[in-house]
Amino acid sequence: MTESADIGIVFWVLSFVILVSAFMVVSLKNIFHCALFLIMCLFSVAGIFVLLDAEFLAAAQVLIYVGAVAILMIFAIMLTSNLASRKIRQVNENVSVGVFVSVLFALASIILIAQTHIWHYKTDFTPVENSIVILGKYLMIQYVLPFEVVSILLLASLIGAIVLARKERS
Amino acid sequence: MSEYVAVLMFILAGAGIVLVTFFMARMLRPHNPYPQKDINYECAELPVGSSWIQFNNRFYIFALIFVIFDVEVIFLFPWAVAFGQLGLFALVEMVVFILILLFGLFYAWKKGVLKWV
Repeated sequence: MTESADIGIVFWVLSFVILVSAFMVVSLKNIFHCALFLIMCLFSVAGIFVLLDAEFLAAAQVLIYVGAVAILMIFAIMLTSNLASRKIRQVNENVSVGVFVSVLFALASIILIAQTHIWHYKTDFTPVENSIVILGKYLMIQYVLPFEVVSILLLASLIGAIVLARKERS
Repeated sequence: MSEYVAVLMFILAGAGIVLVTFFMARMLRPHNPYPQKDINYECAELPVGSSWIQFNNRFYIFALIFVIFDVEVIFLFPWAVAFGQLGLFALVEMVVFILILLFGLFYAWKKGVLKWV
């Protein structure tokens, strides 16, 4: 099982990169650098998806979150006057409440994870071949209605974005 | 899975080349800082203002529209891969999907959003 050991190392390295870059996002003083670290964080999450044999999810993660959402954030920063060069104060004003909520969340996660069988998960589990074909079939046959509703949702968000952005300009 | 080892190697090599280059340059170069080196470019021309400029607002609406159609691409991809086993009905579904989104594009067009004034 040398292969699974290698995958384990890659998993820990990716997790480390995700945690460090996520910490940078909430602690750096230049908001532009925060956005760059957010891209690094989201890209590493795509790496985790690849490790789990979810290639389509990884591609979607890179295409939408890294390629579109993060770029949109960088645009928003660059379009706002002087925001990129300004030093911002990233200090949590409610440290005690934050620590309390974090500890509570961590405890709840640990309890929930301990109840599942995630630690002795079968490593010889073989992922489905051509999962994209299966996904496409489900999307076209079983989930046609949600699929078409998604286009309505996208249309609504497009029109909403246009209305908001135009109002802001005038 | 093993074909992703090549991807990992490319990522590591890409990062490594940049890091090694910066490290080598730091080792080799003489250390002689002076204020002229810190300006944005050294072309015997003093730059005006900061290099952090405010970009044109109009980029933002294009980026917003791009995000919507980026999400559409994600839905097109499994459809295109599975299309060989689906037939005419899937084509009709996708035409409906794209037509609904095209309405949004026409809305943007009519509102003059796509025009670069």
